[in-house]
Amino acid sequence: MEKKTLVCIACPLGCKMEIQVLSSLEEETKYLVSGNKCPRGESYGIKELTKPTRMVTSTVKIKNAHLKRLPVRTSEAIPKGKIFECMKLLEEIEVEAPIKVGEVIIKNLLGLDVDIITTRSML
Amino acid sequence: MLNYDIIVIGGGPAGLAAAIEAKRNGIENILVIERDRELGGILQQCIHNGFGLHVFKEELTGPEYAERFIDQLHEMGITYKLDTMVLDITESKVISAVNTTDGLMEIQAQVIILAMGCRERTRGAINIPGSRVAGIFTAGTAQRFVNMEGYMVGKNVVILGSGDIGLIMARRMTLEGAKVQAVVELMPYSGGLTRNIVQCLEDFNIPLLLSHTVTNIKGKDRVEEITIAKVDENRRPIKGTEEIYKCDTLLLSVGLIPENELSKSAGIVLDNITGGPVVNESMETSVEGIFACGNVVHVHDLVDWVTEESRRAGKNAARYVKKELKNINEPLVTKAEKGIRYIVPHQIRVENIDSKLDLYMRVDNIYHNAKIVVKSGETVIKQVKKPHLAPGEMESVTLLQKDLINLENRELTVELLEGGEQ
Ligand SMILES: Cc1cc2nc3c(=O)[nH]c(=O)nc-3n(C[C@H](O)[C@H](O)[C@H](O)COP(=O)(O)OP(=O)(O)OC[C@H]3O[C@@H](n4cnc5c(N)ncnc54)[C@H](O)[C@@H]3O)c2cc1C
Ligand code: SF4
Repeated sequence: MEKKTLVCIACPLGCKMEIQVLSSLEEETKYLVSGNKCPRGESYGIKELTKPTRMVTSTVKIKNAHLKRLPVRTSEAIPKGKIFECMKLLEEIEVEAPIKVGEVIIKNLLGLDVDIITTRSML
Repeated sequence: MLNYDIIVIGGGPAGLAAAIEAKRNGIENILVIERDRELGGILQQCIHNGFGLHVFKEELTGPEYAERFIDQLHEMGITYKLDTMVLDITESKVISAVNTTDGLMEIQAQVIILAMGCRERTRGAINIPGSRVAGIFTAGTAQRFVNMEGYMVGKNVVILGSGDIGLIMARRMTLEGAKVQAVVELMPYSGGLTRNIVQCLEDFNIPLLLSHTVTNIKGKDRVEEITIAKVDENRRPIKGTEEIYKCDTLLLSVGLIPENELSKSAGIVLDNITGGPVVNESMETSVEGIFACGNVVHVHDLVDWVTEESRRAGKNAARYVKKELKNINEPLVTKAEKGIRYIVPHQIRVENIDSKLDLYMRVDNIYHNAKIVVKSGETVIKQVKKPHLAPGEMESVTLLQKDLINLENRELTVELLEGGEQ
């Protein structure tokens, strides 16, 4: 039976988990996850095995502010393979102060149904 | 002389939480002094996520976490001074501070809360031989440059030290287009959170060289190459294992030290393991009426614990102003024994605890399936099973007030029992 060990990164506790593929009958695969201290570990583990995603945090240029960069992030995690494409888009962007935390800077990033939002206000 | 009930030095997460909690507990006359041009402390440069899971039950970035507290401070009408540096504090709680508008000021406080955070160890502190060239930064300085000033510190990078800041910067530099060749760690294990090893190194195939160190730096004006060697179990470089890495930048993530110049000037007793003040259950230092919280006391890896500890400091500072802190029995003294490096708080006046108290501690090595045991003499007060313990991850043990009342032995020992033993 297929077994995989991995570390849950859904929270800073970092539980060490073991995932076993129990059965992959028809359309639904069943997994047995152990070692996780909370249910988020189970869903993270299965996801990491099937379609890993990551939150991207970075910065964009900002004009008329006391700093030259404004921190931003994806509103939700995006597929791991799209990280560098996302970074490339962010490189092109320049915003202007004042701006508020949580404002959307890019809507529907790369057609992923995820936005790029600001993570702080700058006056 | 200006006069405040409570003055908080430092406007990072520790200072913000302490000020807010003091106000919530009925103190009106509070001032926060911050030397930077804005509040938020080091969090403003920590743009990655992973903050706030315990405090807000959601995952925030550093600036988002900070902004929630800054907003609260504003809503509560707590006064603060930015661009203001505290130069000196005295035992009688007179603060000397300076800024460009008020010049040099002396301010009298009834209570001072120290929340100055920590600073990074530099090359001088670890003594790497070789040329004094450009291209060597502490990881935190590089983080500030890249994330706030938009200045990319280098293209071809080696990072010494696998603490969280080093790991975070490995990913950050990679995302910004730099090549990170390796993260080099002196110890046989990483000092960073596992989550960061997975997300910052493994995701980008950046090698983590455990039991290795930088033995030489070469270059004319800027770093051109560095030498990395394996170390033996005494952490001495092994001859013949040297390898040359061509690079233009070396980032140092070799540890944080509490910022305690001010604490020393007030004559506060420091713990030589944590580098921060000795504190009691209320986060009060050896000088009555001077409290401390956050990284100035001991280096935290999670800002959530900084917030928890600082709320306790703020609340107790308020109780002190209201003369509600008690001093009845001889305090219990905590003592770190086998496997434990330090414990905060150092002293416990049981009568001041609200039903329970968290002891924070760090272990001295990696352990699996161990037990943290808290004892008073031979009496076991509490034991907690821990499947995994590492020096990079702070541990906490919650004690109930009712278990601490009337203890004969005034010493509270904490030790680690490894798997096999019972
Ligand atoms: C470079 C770096 C990166 C970090 N990254 C992370 C991370 O990714 N995740 C995490 O959880 N933790 C991180 N930490 C730990 C982090 O410091 C704590 O989580 C938290 O920010 C500590 O809060 P604090 O308020 O104690 O200190 P700080 O945030 O450092 O705040 C202290 C404040 O006091 C001010 N100050 C100091 N001296 C004076 C003075 N004399 N007069 C006036 N003001 C003064 C400083 O300007 C600063 O704003 C990092 C620490 C450093 C140094
Ligand atoms: S399983 Fe739960 S507690 Fe453990 S790391 Fe994952 S999210 Fe955190």
